[in-house]
Amino acid sequence: MSLAKRIIPCLDVDNGRVVKGVQFVDIRDAGDPVEIAKRYDLQGADEITFLDITATAHERDTMVHVVEEVASQVFIPLTVGGGIRCLEDIRRMLNAGADKVSINSAAIVNPGFVKEACDTFGSQCIVVAIDAKKVSRPGDADRWEIFTHGGRKETGIDAIEWAQQMEELGAGELLITSMDRDGTKSGFDLQLMHEITRRVKIPVIASGGVGNLQHLVDGVKQGGAEAVLAASIFHFGEYTVQEAKEAMQAQGIEVRL
Amino acid sequence: MNQKLVAVVDYGMGNLRSVSKAAEHMADAQTRIIVTSHPGEIEDADAIIFPGQGAAKACMKALMDTGMIHPIQKAAKEKPFFGICMGLQVLMSHSDENNGVDCLDVIKGQVVHFDETAHPELKIPHMGWNQIHQTNDHPLWHNIPQDSRFYFVHSYFVQPENKAYIAGETTHGQTFASALSHQNLFAIQAHPEKSAEHGLQLFKNFLAWNGH
Repeated sequence: MSLAKRIIPCLDVDNGRVVKGVQFVDIRDAGDPVEIAKRYDLQGADEITFLDITATAHERDTMVHVVEEVASQVFIPLTVGGGIRCLEDIRRMLNAGADKVSINSAAIVNPGFVKEACDTFGSQCIVVAIDAKKVSRPGDADRWEIFTHGGRKETGIDAIEWAQQMEELGAGELLITSMDRDGTKSGFDLQLMHEITRRVKIPVIASGGVGNLQHLVDGVKQGGAEAVLAASIFHFGEYTVQEAKEAMQAQGIEVRL
Repeated sequence: MNQKLVAVVDYGMGNLRSVSKAAEHMADAQTRIIVTSHPGEIEDADAIIFPGQGAAKACMKALMDTGMIHPIQKAAKEKPFFGICMGLQVLMSHSDENNGVDCLDVIKGQVVHFDETAHPELKIPHMGWNQIHQTNDHPLWHNIPQDSRFYFVHSYFVQPENKAYIAGETTHGQTFASALSHQNLFAIQAHPEKSAEHGLQLFKNFLAWNGH
């Protein structure tokens, strides 16, 4: 008996509503974060991640209420990402009932923020999200760099070195998204995952590119991830979280069933 | 009809909302859940839920600053008492965290760090869903299957001097006590408020428990 590998459905939230079309056949309001989170909880999701894609700070207040609502009805760990820029943002989310926050661009603007956040709230609630793209040419040594603004803006930062630096600053977990694979349904960038998981001790959540259940298995077995995050394969009812866990267990991965 | 008053102890360490919400979720119409930092309300309550988050030193300091040390020590000997996570650890005599901290000494024993040299491959903190092997048939395990998974987040664990207090064990490289029980007290290292159905069942069992 040991720790189970985790499956984490991810929901994009815009001004309090789940977007990117969640399509459960028997759900009344596909935009309601509470109803969708409850559904995933029933399916056996190990955690739920909300990504706040709201544009304005004013609308971001709505996210606090979303977290409060979900946390009073869904009793599994909740992570909130998007727009976390200062200690006060973190405090508000944790007080609303989030268990972890994920920090992305604010870490790039000021890496010291990650340390400050970990020192203040504890490493266990600080996830650093890293969006990486392969920049090496075929035949050259592999290199991935961090990109921001949905993969449009390059930073020149080496993704693997950055992952190690975030661990040193105290991050409790890393959420690694391959921007090359995101939305392609062609599977995780396993090479990228492996290069990071073999260098850090903290848990890595693999993200970006899941199109079928074997991809989840590969993320754990080949990529070395402690957890796998996916959106569309669950949202559109192609697979349930339960089916994903059964597929992982059938290939020898320990899961919570 | 008699109302049962259950106090969730708030001493300024971490977010108690999830704990109080989970308790409220499982409470019947005769049970009232309050979140309090008032020693008088701890005294008046019929049962106590004692959560905790963060580091041992900060927790002990917060308990001292809020005048909570004696009320908690007293309640832990007198009425149904449910310790959660750091609320388990600070019940012990002493913690190795923060270069050593004297704790509440309700249960004789130590709080120690996972042995990283013996198990270099392990992820610390121990974070995620792991199994609890129930080592007694305590009323709080009612309707919770043997070896059920609960959600854990911690780097230290308890070592009671009297092994008969161990109510559950978990393995993360090494096997450690993940739940203790003694008379009116039950305490768990995991987070039942984040452990889905089995965690909620534990709250339900605690709310129904008379402490015997």
